[in-house]
Amino acid sequence: MSLTPQESAYLEKKIGRKPNPVELQIVAAEWSEHCSYKSSKKHLKTLPREGRRVISGPGYDSGVLDVGNGYVVTVHIESHNHPSAVEPYGGAATGVGGVIRDILSAGTRPIAILDGLRFGDVEKDTHARWLFKNAVRGIADYGNCLGIPTIGGEIEFDRCFTNYALVDVASIGFGKKERLIQNRADKGDYVVLIGGSTGRDGIGGSQFASDKLESENRSAVQIPDPFIEKLVIEAILEARNQKCIKAMKDLGGGGLSCAISETSDALSVGIDLDVALVHKREQNMSPTELMVSESQERMLVITSPEKLHALKEICEKLRVSYSVVGRVTEGNMMQIKYDKDTVAKLPSDVVANAPLLDRPASVPKYLEKISSIRKPKAPNLSQTLLRMLSNPNIASKHWVYTQYDHEVGIRTVIKPGQDASVLRLDNGKFLSVKIDGNSKHCYVNPRQGVIGCFDEACRNIVCTGATPIGMVDHLQFGNPEDSEIFWTFKESVEGITEYAKYFEIPCVGGKVSLYNETDDGPIKPTPLIGVLGIIEDKPLIPKKAKKGDLLVMVGLTKDELGGSEYYEYIHDIVGGTCPAVDMESSRSNQEAVLEMIGQDMTKAVHDCSKGGLGVAISELCITHETGCLVSFDKIPSGRLAEDELLFSESHSRFLLIVAPSKIKAAKALLEKRRVKHGIIGKFSGKNIVFKNKTKVVASVMVDKAQEKWLNSLGSLVSHG
Amino acid sequence: MRVAVIVFPGSNCDRDMHHVLTDVFKLQSQLVWHTDDLPRNVDAIVLPGGFSYGDRLRAGVIAAHSPIIAQVKKMAEKGMPILGVCNGFQILTESGLLPGALLKNTSLSYICKWTEIIVKNNKTPFTNRFKLNQRIPIAIANGEGRYYADKKTLHTLRKNNQIVFTYGEDINGATMKIASICNKEGNVVGMMPHPERSAEQILNPKDAKPASMIFESLLKTLGVTV
Repeated sequence: MSLTPQESAYLEKKIGRKPNPVELQIVAAEWSEHCSYKSSKKHLKTLPREGRRVISGPGYDSGVLDVGNGYVVTVHIESHNHPSAVEPYGGAATGVGGVIRDILSAGTRPIAILDGLRFGDVEKDTHARWLFKNAVRGIADYGNCLGIPTIGGEIEFDRCFTNYALVDVASIGFGKKERLIQNRADKGDYVVLIGGSTGRDGIGGSQFASDKLESENRSAVQIPDPFIEKLVIEAILEARNQKCIKAMKDLGGGGLSCAISETSDALSVGIDLDVALVHKREQNMSPTELMVSESQERMLVITSPEKLHALKEICEKLRVSYSVVGRVTEGNMMQIKYDKDTVAKLPSDVVANAPLLDRPASVPKYLEKISSIRKPKAPNLSQTLLRMLSNPNIASKHWVYTQYDHEVGIRTVIKPGQDASVLRLDNGKFLSVKIDGNSKHCYVNPRQGVIGCFDEACRNIVCTGATPIGMVDHLQFGNPEDSEIFWTFKESVEGITEYAKYFEIPCVGGKVSLYNETDDGPIKPTPLIGVLGIIEDKPLIPKKAKKGDLLVMVGLTKDELGGSEYYEYIHDIVGGTCPAVDMESSRSNQEAVLEMIGQDMTKAVHDCSKGGLGVAISELCITHETGCLVSFDKIPSGRLAEDELLFSESHSRFLLIVAPSKIKAAKALLEKRRVKHGIIGKFSGKNIVFKNKTKVVASVMVDKAQEKWLNSLGSLVSHG
Repeated sequence: MRVAVIVFPGSNCDRDMHHVLTDVFKLQSQLVWHTDDLPRNVDAIVLPGGFSYGDRLRAGVIAAHSPIIAQVKKMAEKGMPILGVCNGFQILTESGLLPGALLKNTSLSYICKWTEIIVKNNKTPFTNRFKLNQRIPIAIANGEGRYYADKKTLHTLRKNNQIVFTYGEDINGATMKIASICNKEGNVVGMMPHPERSAEQILNPKDAKPASMIFESLLKTLGVTV
């Protein structure tokens, strides 16, 4: 792959001559969709990026948030979709490695990993199962070895991911504000490449990721080595402590081409680089191969002549390989040499800033087709509820997260499997994090779908007692050259912007991944939202429900089954009305729940989302090992059919467990705040029973529900 | 009183252990790089968990040949309390300080979860505050945590009271559900579960007091009054 005719012409005009073949490859790597965001950049500008906690600086690869007392939290999200679709183990593992280095490059220690995984129909498709198992193993082997806990995430299965995989990894970092890398460089500073040796793996990876997945180009997949990454982390943090790092950048997509051009451009300096000096693991690598190889576990560090010796000593103590590959110069030229020969000489601002595109967008035709559907006849709802609980999209993911070390670092206060995970910070505060996506909702309504994902992630962290302070997004779509796909992308960005502005949650980072397609077509629009929240005092650690405790529901249930698990998994219906967020009531609901948590009025809070009320209440009963009697007529809602009440996925709803002694105060608070609520059930017995006046709508035994929910996914994957 | 926490390339529970020893139990502890000399005034040694050398070849086998291990062996002979946790336990068996071996879990997967272990020997420097058969809610996290020993070794272990903790459930196929053993003298203890992850109430979903007693036993051994 190379440049388009327009891009070639633009390049020639900018540099005033024809580029040589090495230069062309350098530019092609950096101007790939993956590195340049050329289709998306114009639209991403609408996202609000300012906030009182946001610290921005030149060239940061991650978002930085001030959490007080001189400490910062950093966050970044990336995907490794194409590589994981052909080589799930290595693809997923290197996906973890890459995002970790983005956190490291700010000068913070990575303290947590979250991952969002998507595969085809894991029940019927053994290839999807193979991809799933190996991606999980890749993440586990890499993250566990690094000693960075994988504390949460989410998993979705959908036929649109057949023969494909979405592997998203988010990472969180923590450190002292005063130790953040300042990212500046002066003439005469040294450019040092630290970490893994450079080989021929991952050649052209960024271009591979910027095209439809047609061939299984395994050589474009990078090879993971977590042990080297661990040593690199410790070496870099020690170098940071000894103030040996003036600027730093991770080597990811586009390899050295990208790292050199972006660093040179961001710091407004020139760089002279001799690629012959790069430490390699293969012989006779050409300058082009050295410039575009995406070999892993490499960091580019700029250090002053005074600190070079100390930096070398740190690397030698930890036995981390390094090579001093260049010097900082005045101006803005990146000059690449191979020994004495200059093989490329380009202005870095040209290389680092691809000409942006104005892609046409048009409303997809499919939307009209699926907007109205014939409502299905409700089946036996007790049996349906059990089927829903064993649905791989809903069933417990403990088979996955027990393979991840989620305790190392001794910060994990609320563990995976809950609404959001919570980490303790060194300043006595707590950080709550969650990522959420929902391709089914986003397909039915791209704008409302993504707003819903955002709302869900916020609700999840609210359940732990946290207030949102920042968000990251990861926008994953098919080929942007298709105007209908591009429209869904634009809708997503606008939806995120709308929610972020309303709730004043700054976007502190993100990533765009396009061309997520196979021969069978594009994936459904799959934006992913990660939200971080802060808890000043103490998190809500769930207390067990006792017999007689009450189930309180906050929020309105509406006829919104479009894109729901009930429609798609039970009835195979795609379409209808997707849940839409009412911003005003969402805000009041979140605030009311936070006040209830603050006033110690509730034992546990659970978000109500995938699978609706039926699933959320069952999950509570399973976790708290108790039955519950739920009265339909108490559920705040319009006139809805029984299956709609049970399975509608309306947003902004919470379930709270309240002790009888606290119910009066809780009710008064909810009434005062004028939020829709109801005392909808009472915990007792061994059955989960839903009653409409005197009629039993659905009833399942807690034991039976637990067995389905807990074991379905594990037994599915361990038997093939 | 000083506890040395040895850091190998790839150790990743070293800082956690250091935090718990220093900040929670107020012991003076020091991280010691594996090529450095053991400080002179050390009273106890901890080999922390992690993936020394990335588990290459076999978990713990390369670290067992680190320069510092010769010094650790000398201290072991002198009767100094030595605790190996997780990868530290693997290093102790690989270096011959403890018998037996740690194999891949029967599930062939890494397992990270909370479980219970039972005190079977309350005479070691790390268990002398426990009652026999006391149960300890504790975190485990390992891929190669299945303790294995041949019949002869098992016989010796039993005869010499070298089984320190067993699991309350069959968690990974370990012989006799063994979670922890000690040497014949009792001063060198290796355990797969992570006491440093379990001794603070905010992290322990059940009760952190029992796991705390592993550290309180060490305090007692070192003559520090709690």
